[in-house]
Amino acid sequence: MYIIVIGGGKLGYYLTTSLLAEGHEVALLEKDRARGAELSEDLGESVAVRGDGCEASVLAEVGTGRADVFVAVTGDDEDNLVSCQIAKTRFQVPRTIARVNNPKHQALFARLGIDVTVSSTNILLSLIEQEIPRHQLVSLFSLKEAGVEIVEVEIPEHSPVAGKPLGDAGLQPDMHVSVILRNGEAISPSAETLLEPEDKVYALISEQKKDEFRKLLIGLAVPIR
Amino acid sequence: MKLVILGCGRVGSALARMMDEQGHDVTVVDRNADAFRRFLATGYNGRTIVGEGIDEAVLRSAGIEEADAFCATTEGDNRNIMASQMVKLMFKVPKVITRIYDPVRGSIYEDLGLETVCPTVMGANAIKAMLEA
Repeated sequence: MYIIVIGGGKLGYYLTTSLLAEGHEVALLEKDRARGAELSEDLGESVAVRGDGCEASVLAEVGTGRADVFVAVTGDDEDNLVSCQIAKTRFQVPRTIARVNNPKHQALFARLGIDVTVSSTNILLSLIEQEIPRHQLVSLFSLKEAGVEIVEVEIPEHSPVAGKPLGDAGLQPDMHVSVILRNGEAISPSAETLLEPEDKVYALISEQKKDEFRKLLIGLAVPIR
Repeated sequence: MKLVILGCGRVGSALARMMDEQGHDVTVVDRNADAFRRFLATGYNGRTIVGEGIDEAVLRSAGIEEADAFCATTEGDNRNIMASQMVKLMFKVPKVITRIYDPVRGSIYEDLGLETVCPTVMGANAIKAMLEA
């Protein structure tokens, strides 16, 4: 495959060397003169090219028209967006990939036609969340024979059910909320009980439904602040 | 009209002053507070906001949600392009004008639906006309 990489920082450099090692044809574009010269010396002038990846003439020179993949990994989101859009619209590159430095830009880039967006912040965040979930479901007691557990879940601020009545939480018949602890006070819940952030919900649920229960009350994604 | 101008350089500040004088509600955004002292110290009664133009929160605090028009006039073509697309797509501002120095980039984004101003082409044309006069 022919792959064009925009941005010769650490990420662009190691990406290029890895792609070359896998046998791909790669052109790496770097805007900065000094850094560009350094890269040319290291990777050769046929791979590392000094030039602005947002300039159509530069992209034409490196043969962007025949590129299979176009990857923009500079430290500036606006540069990554524009170079990918030009590659897509001017050169019809089938697959454009942009690094987003500000994770909030991920959705915007997708709406603006970038095929794939990569946010290292979001990747690390989700890895950390998987390792040590901030709002986890805690198994308090397991009734192994019956295949049920008593679990505790704290409602996070961004929970899909925060501010909604328990009856609208989408709970299944084998998910019984027994008690809600709010400011140290135990509430016997009904379908009309409104769930609030920081509520501690104690429920008797089927063992297999733990993940689903967690998703319903905590949600999947962690919003970025 | 309610106008948000991104970039307090020579063009942005001159435009801000003109529109302010005509009684429009103007807010200028620039990431560098010095730009306001340098270019907008006198003859301007509108608002100024320090912040990145491609930051949604900054745009909101500049009143982008109620704006009738947005002009991107920073010295960075790509920043202008990204901010303008954000404003059009996310905030549905009816009139969005983008300054783009690079004529090729300008024509690409014209095709993609941005209303662009290219000072490079305008300047060259003006000089050419004067040479031919």
